[in-house]
Amino acid sequence: MNQNKKAIGKEVSPMKEIVLEVKDLKTHFRTRKGVVKAVDGVSFKVHKGETFALVGESGCGKSVTCMTIMGLIGRKKNEVVSGDILFKERNITNISKEERRKLRGKNMSIIFQDPMTSLNPVYTVGSQIAEMPMIHEGKSQSKAKKIAVDMLGKVGIPSPEKRVNEYPHQFSGGMRQRGVIGMSLACNPELLIADEPTTALDVTIQAQILELLRKLKEDSKSAIIMITHDLGVVAEVSDSVGVMYAGTLVEKASVKDLFKNPMHPYTKGLLKSIPKPGSKERLTIIEGQPPDLHNAPKGCKFYPRCSYAMEKCKEEMPQLIEIEKNHKAACWLNEVKENGK
Amino acid sequence: MENNVLVEVKNLKKYFPIKSGLLSRTKNYLKAVDGVDLKIYKGETIGIVGESGCGKSTTGRLILKLLEATEGEVYFEGKEITNLDRNELKNMRKDFQMVFQDPYACLNPRLSIKSIIEEPLKTHKYSPAERKKKVEELLDKVGIPKSYLDRYPHEFSGGQRQRIGIARALALNPKFIVADEPVAALDVSIQAQILNLMSDLQEEFNLTYLFIAHDLSVVQYISDRIGVMYLGSMVELSESQELFDYTIHPYTRALLSAIPIPDPEINKRQIDLEGEIPSPINPPKGCRFHTRCPYVEDICKKERPKFREVKKEHYVACHLAEKFIEEQK
Repeated sequence: MNQNKKAIGKEVSPMKEIVLEVKDLKTHFRTRKGVVKAVDGVSFKVHKGETFALVGESGCGKSVTCMTIMGLIGRKKNEVVSGDILFKERNITNISKEERRKLRGKNMSIIFQDPMTSLNPVYTVGSQIAEMPMIHEGKSQSKAKKIAVDMLGKVGIPSPEKRVNEYPHQFSGGMRQRGVIGMSLACNPELLIADEPTTALDVTIQAQILELLRKLKEDSKSAIIMITHDLGVVAEVSDSVGVMYAGTLVEKASVKDLFKNPMHPYTKGLLKSIPKPGSKERLTIIEGQPPDLHNAPKGCKFYPRCSYAMEKCKEEMPQLIEIEKNHKAACWLNEVKENGK
Repeated sequence: MENNVLVEVKNLKKYFPIKSGLLSRTKNYLKAVDGVDLKIYKGETIGIVGESGCGKSTTGRLILKLLEATEGEVYFEGKEITNLDRNELKNMRKDFQMVFQDPYACLNPRLSIKSIIEEPLKTHKYSPAERKKKVEELLDKVGIPKSYLDRYPHEFSGGQRQRIGIARALALNPKFIVADEPVAALDVSIQAQILNLMSDLQEEFNLTYLFIAHDLSVVQYISDRIGVMYLGSMVELSESQELFDYTIHPYTRALLSAIPIPDPEINKRQIDLEGEIPSPINPPKGCRFHTRCPYVEDICKKERPKFREVKKEHYVACHLAEKFIEEQK
């Protein structure tokens, strides 16, 4: 059932069309206690047919990054967004609300973590899916409903003709998440953002949903940004990975390189702190906890927890630079290594 | 081995009544735990895994008598605790404690952490001087600076709160601790800190843990033996390495194959389970798992399999266990 996995792990050639490019994205929140730099200078590209995983612990800014890309953050007075978001080479950072709305759901869509709160309990699942083609493609109600039935079938819900008329509370957790995925795919978006889509689900259901996302990507060739804190999920579904820490990307690489040859001390620490199946070796831990983003450390944000910290790390923030082909890391250690050669 | 048993559970059942209608008559029962037998040895960590709703947390609570069992007995050091009265139970409770899942909900926000950890000591009439000494000692053990004594729970992060929860559980020098998903709400790097802390404390105080979790890799890391639950009953129980190397029950096999492995190079074979867990209100007749089992035979639909020892210290509830063992050879 899983033979196609190896093939997906292939590196995506740089020739492929870029669906989304994010350049130096910053999302700052002005609060009473001061400015919270939730996202502080993040850049990455996502290609067609690629799954890009954003990994990090809670509060590292991975969800805020994606909410900003979707335009769900940045309209209020206390939210300051800077940098560029290019969707298929078009800058969408500052477009109007109406234009945003035209993109959302049609060209780019998002799956949230909790399937219970992302469905409206007073409408049937079918009508919530049908809403998409009716609004964006001007489909008639009956045609839209047919699409909804198709979508439910596609995401693996048994007897979709019957289920289409049911309400969210009649669905189980896994089925609701399938419904939400069906909803976000109803208009064949070029970009799909999945914000911890399996965190609220059990392992066996998680396996089903991951398999479904894998299959859908194969069929529709859309680009997927997968947000997760689970490195196991990253290894299973993604092609390339960005590791976030305290609002910045600290490492970016293809999934194989990242697991085989992690370059940033934080990534190394993360990989060592998960128990491996079949091993009882004592876990190596990262001491301390992520910084308070109200007053993050001045230099490298990881240095208070880093066992390799040097003087330079306290003063200057390292940039994300290419160290090996397609493998970037933001750490002064790598510079020291380069000079030592 | 027999006199090393700390906790013994026999045919434990918990049925929650479902009431509805004007006079709230009991219409039906939700069979949360339906016949669990278990022996827990001194000094070991026994892990219980299963998907949500399989009854693993209820089992933990029944053993500590936080819930009244519908049927069955629990023995603690050979003494039956199911029928104890209030006072006897209060005395027994010193020996078994619990660490909860949600570090945000399990600490009273209006008490300083000193009062939180002190509370069990007060209940058991320790003098103020003893209490102070003990609290400081406990904080030191779980790695929280003494200077934080007068702070309140909201001033701590999730990992620190879980440490405080552990300190509270240790206050009365218990012998047995039920940890109900103690790391599920924590981040990966913090999770490792808590797991290491728990195994250090176990060594130091010779604790016995019942570790409940849905994350198999975590359970595998900390447990000596693992029990797998499905729909209110135990389906497989064995030494933890044995469970991973010689899995017998089809449900355990599917569960193990579903864990995402943090290594993109491994090409594992995944067994997909069709459908979802049936409702515990009307569980399937015969083997509870037969509706989703890929190897189902006629007998599975009619007769509920007994939970039996099929290999040394390896218990399985499956009619076809012998066939699977044969295949593994």
